[in-house]
Amino acid sequence: MSARDRELAGLVLAGLVAGLALASVAIAREGSLSPRAAAFAAGFFALYLTAHAVARRTVPYADGGLLPLAAVLTGVGVAINERLDPAGGARQALWVAIGVGVLVATLIVLRRDYRVLESYRYLFGIAAVLLLLLPSVPGLGERVNGVRLWVQAGPLQFQPGELAKICLIVFLAGYLREKRETLAQGRLKDLGPLLAIWGAAMLVVVQTNDLGSALLNFGIFLAMLYVATGRALYVGVGLGLFAGGAALLYTALQHVRDRVTIWLEPWTDERVYCALNGRLELRQDCASYQLVKSLYSIANGGFGGTGLGRGTFAAPDGTELIPFLRTDFVYSALAQELGLVGVSALLLCYLLFVVRGMRIALRAGDGFSKLLAAGLTFGFALQTFVIVGGVLRVVPLTGITLPFLSYGGTSVLANFLLLAGLLLVSNRAAAPR
Amino acid sequence: MNRQIVRLTHVSLALLAVLVVMTTYWQTWAAPGLADRQDNAIRRVAELAIERGLIFSFAPRRRLARNVEREVDGSTLFFRRYPYGPLTAHVVGYSTAGRSRTGLERSLNDYLTGATDNLSSVVDKALDELRGRPVRGSDVVTTIDLDAQRVALEALGTRCGAVVALDPRTGKVRVLVSSPSFDPNLVETRFAQISRITADCASPAPLLDRATAGLYVPGSTFKVITASAALESGKYTPESSFFDPGYCLVYGKRVSNFDTSRPFGTISLENALVHSVNSVFCNVGLKLGAKRILEQARRFGFYQRPPLETPSEERAASGLYRNRKLYTPRLDSDVDAGRMAFGQERMLVTPLQMAMVAGAIGTGGRLMEPHVVERIVRPGGRVVLRPRPKLLREAVSEETAQAVARMMRLAVERGTGTAARLSGFVVGGKTGTGETGVPGSNTTWFIAFAGRSEDEPAEVAIAVVLENQSGTGGTTAAPIARAVLEALLASAENP
Repeated sequence: MSARDRELAGLVLAGLVAGLALASVAIAREGSLSPRAAAFAAGFFALYLTAHAVARRTVPYADGGLLPLAAVLTGVGVAINERLDPAGGARQALWVAIGVGVLVATLIVLRRDYRVLESYRYLFGIAAVLLLLLPSVPGLGERVNGVRLWVQAGPLQFQPGELAKICLIVFLAGYLREKRETLAQGRLKDLGPLLAIWGAAMLVVVQTNDLGSALLNFGIFLAMLYVATGRALYVGVGLGLFAGGAALLYTALQHVRDRVTIWLEPWTDERVYCALNGRLELRQDCASYQLVKSLYSIANGGFGGTGLGRGTFAAPDGTELIPFLRTDFVYSALAQELGLVGVSALLLCYLLFVVRGMRIALRAGDGFSKLLAAGLTFGFALQTFVIVGGVLRVVPLTGITLPFLSYGGTSVLANFLLLAGLLLVSNRAAAPR
Repeated sequence: MNRQIVRLTHVSLALLAVLVVMTTYWQTWAAPGLADRQDNAIRRVAELAIERGLIFSFAPRRRLARNVEREVDGSTLFFRRYPYGPLTAHVVGYSTAGRSRTGLERSLNDYLTGATDNLSSVVDKALDELRGRPVRGSDVVTTIDLDAQRVALEALGTRCGAVVALDPRTGKVRVLVSSPSFDPNLVETRFAQISRITADCASPAPLLDRATAGLYVPGSTFKVITASAALESGKYTPESSFFDPGYCLVYGKRVSNFDTSRPFGTISLENALVHSVNSVFCNVGLKLGAKRILEQARRFGFYQRPPLETPSEERAASGLYRNRKLYTPRLDSDVDAGRMAFGQERMLVTPLQMAMVAGAIGTGGRLMEPHVVERIVRPGGRVVLRPRPKLLREAVSEETAQAVARMMRLAVERGTGTAARLSGFVVGGKTGTGETGVPGSNTTWFIAFAGRSEDEPAEVAIAVVLENQSGTGGTTAAPIARAVLEALLASAENP
């Protein structure tokens, strides 16, 4: 059985999971299977079959597990978006379709040798910085939830941070491949770029108030630096710098302090000052309202969950009980409806994706490919950790998206680019020479 | 580079493993605690799909809380209705989608929603869910006597106050009334109407359960506890004689009797309680010391929330209060024992606590644990909870109880409490008039026990408190106590 045959079998399985999820939502809402849900599922399956067909032509030796895993996650993502907003499923499905289109296009364009990217590494580096700073440009940036993450371009909202992450990884793979010997010697002057990037990460936090993507990008940078040089000292120094910077930001920025307070003490027994309405309120009714409500949603799922489509997200009069359910808190919606069993299965999908990605990095033949695959995979894992960990109160909550599951166009596109990168690297590594 | 990649893999997997562990924590370990939180609207709304157990009064058996079904977005939801509205609002409480719960609706929520962990109920629940039937909760039968409850609420009228009546032999609470009351059916939709309720006191606070959480100056009703402490100490007998000059000297200051116009001269301890002579109790208090009196109060249940089935937030402990917190003096000199002995000096008590005191005196010193739940029944009819009468402790010796009971009976026969006389029954009572510092705005009390003969334990104990009164406990509270006692003893005769 070739990798592609395994991929096809996996896609059939993923199609079944996605179909069942959509059917469950439709039955919970309308009492029966609607033609709309069936059409949805069929279209979804056809979409991934197209991707599979292109993969057969362009990357025949690529890992066969990644595409089915992405299909399961996006399938559940479409289902939960359909569940939370009747129009949301179709829109999310459209974004997945565009994402698959981007995947196919990337595979076709780079099918001969993706390593040409290495020669454009500085271009990617500049692009990453520009994309990161884009939301801070006056007139373009959009503040959502006190965080500048969005860019408004006509009717489209655009989250450039997601694409910046991919650009950053490509840049770092190229840059570190070139400089890894000199960096490994550990002379002080070589630490210059490290300090520069640390400064940039902090600058972005100050500019955008976005702790999540700062943590994410800096984490990716340290991980790739470590893989390239093998010096744990860099990681230690880097983490120390990040901790120092974070402490500095904590004392300097009220926004950061609030996030940490909410994280450490979401519930209070006595009323504290509430900045939202200027009165004294319990913190769970004010600053930590979102986090606490999301935890209630998770707890309500219990072991087996309420069943997809049968969770409680709104009061009988229609008022929403959990804010930002489709973006930041999609995990808590899933946790309520799928229960511990269901979300553990989803987390297992993320875990498998990461294992396969790292295996690709191990098997890749050249430094650039290794760094690229390891960077993309670690970025994927860390992003999942930061957002889900935020929802679960492991780390302070930040507003980044859950790969393949959250509603949002840019996020879906970026993750399909990431998938394309891993497929290309694995195809080259496994190809007979 | 491969060694580093392997290590990075381990880090990545560890990060994701943390997520699995923490999800498990929130969904299993922490879930019950989160479900109990009052601001957990999700849980509250989710529980609307459960057919909540009904709540009944004991006699006559009536539904105090029932359900109405409504279809919302294709699912059947159950909303609460309270047929008797204000009559049982505080003890039953309310359960709504929008607001937090109160009363038994809150404290017995696990029973009412069928969430109590018990193998057979778990199986029943799972079967109901599989069949697509709504889960049914357990029914609660309270110990409330609805007729006496109505007599009490009507007798209070527009006055602010509370009535608590219980069977001191078993601890079963028959009447639990707080005035002003409110209509729990309005909580969800017309809450503003509740906040506009007015009554004859400065802060009507209709949601406050004055019967179990209202803290009042006990006034002369506290003399029952001082008298008990005096007799228990062995230093006094009911015949111990005192000279009453009409006042008592505390740290060189005069503390006058309530009625200073006619000092009693030489008087026995017994008659001092019958006529409620402050100076005598003031001197007894100074002699015994604050700690000994407080120790006796503790034996009656002070300094603890009385163990009732309602939420603990809706029950207050009686005792000395300082800055709104319970306060235990370390030295006798920390507290003015003379003033405390007749119920002033920052002593604050709840009506429930004083009913327990009267009950213990009426039953030979046996203080029973109060209950408001008669039994809890699964939909199939199986009883899951039936509280047994439980002795909290011997508050006083039988001899002391009998002596104090005799004093209280005499007070009703020929002393301050004659308004509570009830032909055919033996009633012992004590009046109280707590001064709040505002002239013409006293807190008036009457606590009593009643039975069929002096030799048998009392059948009913009662505490009545009224706020903002110009009269005395004897003229304002005693008639209410009499009416409620009559209703309770009548229903005991014709069950």
